[in-house]
Amino acid sequence: MTRAVSLILIGTLFGAGLALSGMLNPAKVAGFLDLFGVWDPSLAFVMGGGVIANFIGYRITTRRAAPVFDGGFAILTRTDIDSRLLLGAALFGVGWGLAGLCPGPAIASILMVPGEVGLFVLMMLAGLAVGRMLTGGPAARPAAQV
Amino acid sequence: MTIDFDSFTPLASLIGGVMIGVAALLLMLMHGRVMGVSGILGGILGGILSSAEKSDISWRVLFVIGVLAGPFALMAMTGAPVERAAVASGLTLPIAGFLVGLGTAIGAGCTSGHGICGLARLSVRSAIAVGIFMTTAIITVYIVRHLV
Repeated sequence: MTRAVSLILIGTLFGAGLALSGMLNPAKVAGFLDLFGVWDPSLAFVMGGGVIANFIGYRITTRRAAPVFDGGFAILTRTDIDSRLLLGAALFGVGWGLAGLCPGPAIASILMVPGEVGLFVLMMLAGLAVGRMLTGGPAARPAAQV
Repeated sequence: MTIDFDSFTPLASLIGGVMIGVAALLLMLMHGRVMGVSGILGGILGGILSSAEKSDISWRVLFVIGVLAGPFALMAMTGAPVERAAVASGLTLPIAGFLVGLGTAIGAGCTSGHGICGLARLSVRSAIAVGIFMTTAIITVYIVRHLV
């Protein structure tokens, strides 16, 4: 029960942070990506704040033997740079640039603007399913659950 | 390059970013999980489509329920609506959605997984992914806004 409440509250903090940061606003995302137009650098502060907070936290976390509510940490060990990583990241960037939405913000805004974001999310889930089939799913790539 | 000072929100974006980072650290500290949204959604799909992953579905679904509630929690606290405006319409939205899903599945991560979590643990793999998706996103916006 405590575990379930913790997970919901952590998700809520993430969703609220996305909303406050401007990440739910596709126009703001496009303004950040529009380096060669009138540039809004705000979202660099989102990335900076998020990475620094999590960097400090990562140092605290790795000193512990196990997380509070689970038996162990999901440790990611992959360091290889393969063509899948490059192609996947490139395709994701094109989709992100076209709509100004990435997976977290798309999910966080679906109840606010279902008409606009609903079809995007459905097709995103279809893309995730196709991509997992093409790459053999997580069973073939145990440490790929980023 | 011209800076868009009318839209610039450094403080709100920094505080929002810190909230995102704290959420990522809490998910690892309390539950031992990486806060990568594409991986979390893919895990839910995998759990529904194949029986092998059933045991891993509950934490992901609970986290997503929280994410859905997040913007409403913020609006309740601040009393202000979440400002947003669409940039895409019509067929562009589903095409973009498919590319986002396909790309993050093949590349094993998105802005949260590779961006917030990967960079925080100094993963070269994630840094390369972030560099590439930022570059193709910037090129895409350049083409859509300034060439088409």
